[in-house]
Amino acid sequence: MITISIDGQELKAKEGQTILEIARENGIYIPTLCYHENLSPYGACRLCCVEIFKGGRSRIVASCLYPVEEGLEVKTNSPHIINNRKMIMELLLARCSQNEVIKKLASEMGVEQSAFKAKYLENEDCILCGLCVRACEQIVERSAISLVNRGVNREVAPPFLEPSADCIGCGSCAYVCPTGAIKMEDKDGTRVVYARNWEKEFKLKKCKKCGNYWAPEEQLEYIREKLNLPPDFFDVCPNCRESVP
Amino acid sequence: MEKIKSLQDLEAFRNSIAEKRKVGKPCIAICSGAGCLALGARGIINATIKEIERQKLKAKVDIKTTGCPGFCEQGPLVIIYPQNILYTHVKVKDVAEIISKTVINGEIVDRLLYTDPTTGEKFIHESEIPFYKKQRRLLLGNNSNIDPNNIEDYLALGGYSALAKALFEMTPEQVTEEVKRSGLRGRGGGGFPAGRKWESCHNAPGEPKYVIANCDEGDPGAFMDRALTEGNPHSVLEGLIIAAYAIGSHEGYIYVRNEYPVAVENATIAIKQAEKLGFLGKDILGSGFDFTVRINRGGGAFVCGESTALMASLEGKIGEPRAKYIHTVERGLWDKPSNLNNVETLANVPLIINKGADWFNGIGTEGSKGTKIFSLVGKVNNTGLVEVPMGITLREVIYDVGGGIKDGKKFKGVQTGGPSGGVIPESMLDIPVDFDELTKAGSMMGSGAMIVMDEDTCMVDTAKYFLTFLEEESCGKCVPCREGIKRMRQILDDITEGKGKEKDIELLERISATLKDTALCALGTTAANPVLSTLRYFKDEYEAHIKQKRCPAGVCKALIQYYIIDEKCVGCRLCEKACPVEAITFMGKKKPVILDQSKCIKCGICKDVCKLGAVGVK
Amino acid sequence: MDKKVTAIIDKYDADRGQLISMLQDIQAEFHYLPREALIQVSETMGIPLSKVYSVATFFKAFSLKPRGRHLINVCLGTACHVRGASKVLEQIERSLDISRGETTNDFKFTLETVNCMGCCALGPVVNIDGEYFGQISAGKVDSILNKYS
Ligand SMILES: Cc1cc2nc3c(=O)[nH]c(=O)nc-3n(C[C@H](O)[C@H](O)[C@H](O)COP(=O)(O)O)c2cc1C
Ligand code: SF4
Ligand code: SF4
Ligand code: FES
Repeated sequence: MITISIDGQELKAKEGQTILEIARENGIYIPTLCYHENLSPYGACRLCCVEIFKGGRSRIVASCLYPVEEGLEVKTNSPHIINNRKMIMELLLARCSQNEVIKKLASEMGVEQSAFKAKYLENEDCILCGLCVRACEQIVERSAISLVNRGVNREVAPPFLEPSADCIGCGSCAYVCPTGAIKMEDKDGTRVVYARNWEKEFKLKKCKKCGNYWAPEEQLEYIREKLNLPPDFFDVCPNCRESVP
Repeated sequence: MEKIKSLQDLEAFRNSIAEKRKVGKPCIAICSGAGCLALGARGIINATIKEIERQKLKAKVDIKTTGCPGFCEQGPLVIIYPQNILYTHVKVKDVAEIISKTVINGEIVDRLLYTDPTTGEKFIHESEIPFYKKQRRLLLGNNSNIDPNNIEDYLALGGYSALAKALFEMTPEQVTEEVKRSGLRGRGGGGFPAGRKWESCHNAPGEPKYVIANCDEGDPGAFMDRALTEGNPHSVLEGLIIAAYAIGSHEGYIYVRNEYPVAVENATIAIKQAEKLGFLGKDILGSGFDFTVRINRGGGAFVCGESTALMASLEGKIGEPRAKYIHTVERGLWDKPSNLNNVETLANVPLIINKGADWFNGIGTEGSKGTKIFSLVGKVNNTGLVEVPMGITLREVIYDVGGGIKDGKKFKGVQTGGPSGGVIPESMLDIPVDFDELTKAGSMMGSGAMIVMDEDTCMVDTAKYFLTFLEEESCGKCVPCREGIKRMRQILDDITEGKGKEKDIELLERISATLKDTALCALGTTAANPVLSTLRYFKDEYEAHIKQKRCPAGVCKALIQYYIIDEKCVGCRLCEKACPVEAITFMGKKKPVILDQSKCIKCGICKDVCKLGAVGVK
Repeated sequence: MDKKVTAIIDKYDADRGQLISMLQDIQAEFHYLPREALIQVSETMGIPLSKVYSVATFFKAFSLKPRGRHLINVCLGTACHVRGASKVLEQIERSLDISRGETTNDFKFTLETVNCMGCCALGPVVNIDGEYFGQISAGKVDSILNKYS
C-alpha cells in the first residue's frame, strides 16, 4: 500500500494503479472522454490531465495513465488545469460544433463557444477517442474497425470503408461511443450498425418460439463457435429458453 | 575472408590490409553522397571507370566512391590521393583531363580548384579551405577516405579497435562508466546523457534487452545521420555493438527512414560484411559476446522518430506514441528494456572508447561535450554538412564556416531544432552551440538542422511552414496536437492572407500553452516553438501582416505583387514565354514588357527566368 | 499476384515486426498496395485486416491507388522551402494538371511531396524515379518533365 494525496486528501493506493483509478474509487471527479474501466487506457483526449508535484517541481500528466507512487501529490483542478481543459473543450467544440454531447460537456466546463472563426468550424461527431476500436479488439475480439489514416485525416473505419467481414453486428462500438458517432438500429428483422462514413447490415435471427427477432445471426454464429455450442443452440431466444422448464 | 576469432587475428588481418595498401597507388575518390549524386556524380563515376579502362590504367589507379565530406554546394566533388587534391564542380568532360594531368603527372587543373567567392583565392587541399578550417571533423572526417561498402577501408583506419578494446579490456560497467564520464549527450534532439540511459537499461529487469539505432532523421533540413549511415556505416555499427555490450543486449535494430534508400543499402552491406568477419553474430572476435542486428525501414512518418512510436512501428504497428510514464529503457520494444540512440550519438562511441572520456570531455562546453554536426543550409554561401566543436558561436558557424549570407543579402535569423525549435535573431548570434543555451534562447539543438534565413524570408510564413509540416506529420492520436496545430495553422493562413486580427496572437499563445502542457508526445509539446519564437523575436512582422496587410519579406502571396522594373527591362521576352497565364505582354523590342496584375497568379516564374533582375516584388 | 506476395512474406519469415518492410516490398513490386495483397498479408500472418489497413493508410510511403509510371517527389523540407520549393511544386501541378498526391489520367506521372530527402544543400530538389534534380526553379520544370515518356 502506498499513500498519495489528491486535492489535499490523503488516499491509500495499490502499486500499479493510476491516478484516475484512485480518484474514481474515492469519488473525486476528473473528466474523461477516452477512458473506460474495462478497456486499456489510451491517453488521447487529454481531458483527464492533472497537475502532479514531485521534488518541488510540478508537471501535467494524463491521470488515466500515470501510475501512482509513494508521496505523490496531485491537483485535479488548479487554474492551470482548468485552462487547459477549457482549451481542449474549445478544440473539440470546434471539431464537433453541432454535437449535443460535446456541447453539453463544454458548457459544463464553462465553454459556450470556441474562439475560432466560424468558417473553420466543423461538424463531426467522432472525437477519435478510440473507445469503439478498443472495445471491438479487446472485448469482442474481432478488430473489425480501426483508426485509419494519419493526423487530421484520421477516422474510424472498417478496411476499405466497406462492410467488414469481421464485424458481427454486436453493436459494442455503438454502446461505448460517448458522442453517438456510431449508431445501431434494429428494424424489421435487420440491424444496421453505422457511422457517417460506413455501415453494415445484418440479418437478425428469429426466435423459433416467440417469433421475435433477437440478435444478428453473425454474432450468434461467432458465439456458438467460440463456446462450442450445438448447432441449434440459438434457435430460441434467451427469454423463451428460460421459460422452458 | 574468414571469421576473425581473436584479438591477434584482428591485428594480423589489419596488418595484411596495410601490407596490401603499402604500394600506394594513386586513387580517385568520388563523392557519391546524395548531394553530389543530385549534381551528377553518377555520370562522373561512370566516366572515370570508362576513361581508366580506355587509358589502360586499371592496374595502376584505384577508383573509390566515398561518402559525403560535407561541402555539397561545391559538388560533384573529387579528391585525388595521395596528394589530397580537391576538385569541385567536376563535370564529365573534366574526367579525362583529371586523369591524364593530375593522376598521371601530378599537375593541378587550376580551374577545378575551390575558389573563395570573396577573395578569389584558390585552394588545393581541403584542410586549407575556410569552410573546413573551424570545423573539427571527428565523425565526418573519414567520409572521404572510406568506401562505405568496403569494410577493409574502415579497418585500415583503425576501425573496430574500440570494439576490441571494449570486449577484451573492459567490463560492460567500465564501458558505461567511460561513456558517462565523457559527458556524451544524445544527438537525436533531447540531449539525454547517453551513459545514464545505458545504465538504466542495463539495470532494468527483463530479458531480452534491445538496442536500437535511430536513423529516422525526419527533421526537414537535417541530413547528418544520412551522411554518417551512408558514408561510414561501420562507425555507427561499431557504436551500436559497443552499446549492446555495455547494456547486455544481444539483439539490435537500425531503423532507417524510407526516404534514404542508399543508407538502407550501405547499412545492409555493412552488417553482412561485419557478420562475415565476426564483428557481429555469435562469439564476436572470440570474446563470447553475441549480438545480431537487423534493419527496419520506416514508412514515411516523422513521428516514428519518437522513441515509443518507433518501437510501435518495429512491432509492425502504426507509429503512434504512447505515454512514457514508464520509460522505454524499462519497457520498450515488445515491452522489454530497450535502449534507443541516435546514429550520431552512436558514431561518437568508438572515439570515446579509443581515446578516452577525458579526451572527449576536453572538447566543448560545461554541459555539452564533443562536436556536433549541423546541416548548414538555406541562404548561406557554403551550404553543406559542418562538424564543429560544441561551444563555437552561431556567428562563427554562419560567417566563418558558412561564408556569410548569399548574394550579399542581410541576415535575418537562423532556425535550429527543426519543427521543435525556433528562429534565433541577429542579436543573439553570439550564443554558443550548446544544448542548454539554445533551449534558453527559445530554440533547441534538435538533430542539427541550421537553416539560415535572410531578409527575403518571411517569419510568419516560416512559422506557418512548420505548422503545416506538423499538421501533416502529427499521428492524430491526441486532441491538443491533432486539433490544436490545425487551428494554429488556420490562424496563420489568415494572417498571411491579410485576414488576421490582433486578437489572433493571443489565441495562438493560448493554444500553444495547452499544446505544451497536455500533448502526449514531444511532437505536440514542442510544436508551438516555431510560432512562439518568431512571435518573441519578430513580432513586428506579424504586426505588419495583421495591421498593414503587408509582407515585409515579399513572400506571402496574397500580400505581394510582381512588377516590371521598366529601367532594367529590355523586352527580351523570356518572361513572356515563361508566364503560365499570359499575364505579360510584349510591347516591342527594347521596350519594357507589361505585367497585367489582374491575370498574375504570383507564381514568380518571371522573376526566376529574368536574367537582368527586371522583375521586382513588393 | 499471390505467389509474389507469398515470396515477400516468406522473405521476412512472416515476422510481424517486419510488416512495414513487407508492405514496402509489395508496394515496390506493384507500385501500390493492391487490396488482394493486403487481404493475403492479413490472412497469412493472422493479423486482422483492419490493422493491416490502418498501417497501410498511416504511412506516407504507401498508396492504395495505382500509381503512374513515373513517381515525382518534390521535397518540401525547410531548406528547400526557404529557397522556393512551393513555387516549383505549383509549377509541376500546373504543367501536369494534377494536385499533389494525384496521378495523371494517362498514368504517366504520380506527383508526391516529401518533407526532406536529405539533399538540403541543393534545394529545391525534385526526385523522379530515384534520380535527383538539384537547384531547380519553377522555370526549369517543363524541360525536366519533357525528358520522360
Ligand atoms: C516527433 C519526434 C521525432 C523525432 N525524430 C528523431 C529522429 O529522426 N532521429 C533521432 O535520432 N531522434 C529523433 N527523436 C528523438 C528520439 O525520440 C530519441 O530521443 C532519440 O532517438 C534518442 O537518442 P539519443 O539519446 O541518442 O539522442 C524524435 C523525437 C520526437 C518527439
Ligand atoms: S466513433 Fe465514438 S467511440 Fe469511436 S472513436 Fe469516435 S467518438 Fe470514440
Ligand atoms: S502529440 Fe501529436 S504526435 Fe504526439 S501522440 Fe499526440 S497527436 Fe500524436
Ligand atoms: S481519459 Fe486520459 S487522456 Fe482521455
